[in-house]
Amino acid sequence: MKQSRTARVFSSPAIDQVGVVERAKRFTARSIKSQAKREGLGMVLSMIDLTTLEGMDTEGKVKQLCYKAQHLHDSIDGLPNVAAVCVYPNFVGLAKRSLAGSGIKVASVATAFPSGNSSLEIKLADVSMAVSEGADEIDMVISRGRFHGGEYHFVFDEIAAVKAACGESRLKTILETGELGSLDKVRLASDIAIAAGADFIKTSTGKIQPAATMPVTLVMLEAIRDHFQKTGLMVGMKPAGGISKAKLALHYLIMVKETLGDDWLDPKWFRFGASSLANDVLMQISKQQTGAYQAANYFAID
Amino acid sequence: MGEITVEESNKNSGKNDRLEVLKTYKMYIDGKFPRTESARYYQPVVNESSLGNVCLASRKDVRNAVVAARSAQAGWSRRTAYNRAQILYRIAEMLEGRSQQFSDELVRQGLDVETAESQVSESIDRLIYYAGWCDKYQQVFSAVNPVASSHFNFSTLEPVGVVFTVASRDCPLLGLVSLIAPVIASGNTCVVLASEKCPLSAVTFAEVLATSDVPEGVVNILTGRIEELKEHFSRHLDVNAIACDGLESGLITEIKEFASENIKRVKIYHQDWSNESAANPYLIQDFCEVKTTWHPIEQISESGASY
Repeated sequence: MKQSRTARVFSSPAIDQVGVVERAKRFTARSIKSQAKREGLGMVLSMIDLTTLEGMDTEGKVKQLCYKAQHLHDSIDGLPNVAAVCVYPNFVGLAKRSLAGSGIKVASVATAFPSGNSSLEIKLADVSMAVSEGADEIDMVISRGRFHGGEYHFVFDEIAAVKAACGESRLKTILETGELGSLDKVRLASDIAIAAGADFIKTSTGKIQPAATMPVTLVMLEAIRDHFQKTGLMVGMKPAGGISKAKLALHYLIMVKETLGDDWLDPKWFRFGASSLANDVLMQISKQQTGAYQAANYFAID
Repeated sequence: MGEITVEESNKNSGKNDRLEVLKTYKMYIDGKFPRTESARYYQPVVNESSLGNVCLASRKDVRNAVVAARSAQAGWSRRTAYNRAQILYRIAEMLEGRSQQFSDELVRQGLDVETAESQVSESIDRLIYYAGWCDKYQQVFSAVNPVASSHFNFSTLEPVGVVFTVASRDCPLLGLVSLIAPVIASGNTCVVLASEKCPLSAVTFAEVLATSDVPEGVVNILTGRIEELKEHFSRHLDVNAIACDGLESGLITEIKEFASENIKRVKIYHQDWSNESAANPYLIQDFCEVKTTWHPIEQISESGASY
C-alpha cells in the first residue's frame, strides 16, 4: 500500500515484479548467430564506457586505459573504438589529453561518488571541476538516503541543479538500484531522474552488489519508453557493473531493441559501464575469425 | 501392524517385482553434474547390451569445462603441496569405500571379476602413490645451478595450467586415474574426455571427486566422441597441454597439428597401466614447466658464495 502511495507522487505505475523477471528472462532465449552476432559484438564494443574507478588509480593506469580505448586489439582489423572512458574527476584532464583527436568521450563521475553523501555546494563544485577539465559526460549519483526518507523533491532538485552545472556536458544519473530495494522504487527513481533532466539513467556505481541486472534495466527502459511516448524526448540508458560476458551484453541489446526500438541501438543512447566486458567481446570476435577458442592471456588487461 | 504387513508382502512378492532405478550418467563440470548442453546422447554397447544413455558432449561443453578448469587453476596451484596431497589421499579413501560399486561397473563394461577388482584396488593405490609425490617431486626435479656470477640460480617446476586429458579407451578406471592423479598433483587442472566405449567408470569417479574436497573445476569430466571434439580442445588457446592415452597415429598427428597453434605440449602414452612402472613421478614432470630464477647475492667471502 505504502509503495503505491509513494509511486503516485510522481505518478509512477506499480511494477509487476514477477512479470518483469519473466519478461527479462525471455530476452535471453533469442538465438544470435554468425553475421548477426558479429554485428552485435561490434555494436557492444562501440557502446562500452571503459571504466576505472578505483581508489588506487594512478596517472599511468588512466593513460593505459585511454590507450586501450583507442587500440582495443590491433591484430583484429576494423574494430570500433569504445564510446567513452570513465574516470574520477581528477583524471579528466589527463584522459582528455590522452584521447585527443580519437572521438572517444571522457566521462567523469562526480557529486561525491559513490555514496553521494555531501552538501550540494561540494557536489556542484565536483561537477564544475570535471566540466572545466573538459568532461563530455558527468555520471552523478542520487542521494539514496534522502530518497528512502521520502524526500523525492530534494532528489529531484539536486539532479536539476547538477544538470544546470553540467552545461553542455551530458548528464548520466546513477540510481544505484542495488540500494533501492524494489523495482517500484527503481521505476520511481527513474521517473524522478528523467523529469529532472537527466540525459541518461544509469543503474549502478559498480561498488554495490547487485549492480546491473536485466529486470532492473528493463524497468528503467520502460520508464524511458513511457517518457518518450508522452513527450517525444529520448533519454539514454546505461547499465553498469556486473556485465562482463559478451553473451549477456547481447541479451541487453536485444532487450533494448525490443523495448525501445532501433533508435536506441546507438552509443549516443545506450552504453555499457564495464571494465572487463571489452576483453570478453574481443575474445568472441577473435573466436569467430579464427575458429579457435581464445585465452584471456592473449589480450591486454587494461 | 500395518507396516509389518507391507514388509511381509514385499518379501513375499520377491525382489524381481521391484522396478530398478536406473542411473542417469551425466557429465562433471565445475563441481556440478550437468547434462550436455546439446541434449544429445549415445548408447555404448558392451557384449551386445547397452550400458545406458550417456551424454554426447559438444563443442560448447568443452568450452564450458575449459572455462571451469581455468578459473579453478590459480586457486588449486596456490594450495600447499601438502594440502593437495591430503586431497588426493581423500579421493583414494572415498574410492576405497565404493570399491564394490566400481568393480561391478567394470564388469558391466566387459571386464572379468578378477581383473575388475584388481584394477579398482590398483586405482586406489595409484592415488595414494601420487598423493605421496605431491610434496616431493619438486625436490627431486628442481636444481640449484652453478653459475659464474654472484647469483643464486635455481630451477623449479611450475604447473603448465589447464591440461586436456584423453583417457584410456580400454582401461576405464585405472587408466583414467593414472592420468588425472599426476596431472593435478602439481597444481594443474584438467578436462578429461572419458573412454568412448566404457564411460561409466569416469562418470562414477566424478561422484567420488565431488565428495573428496577436490575444489570445483579442478577435474572436469566429459563423455563423448573424440572425432567430434578433437579440433575444439586441441585448438583451444586456453588449453596448455594435452595428455592422450593410446590413440592411433593418424589422430595423434591431427591433434599435434591443431595443438601447434599455441604450441601446446602434447604427451602421448601407450601404457599398460596395470604395470607398476606406469606409476612414476615423470608423469608429474610431463605437465610442469621449468622456471629458472636468477637471484642476486652478496659476495660473502673471498671464496665466493657457498651455494
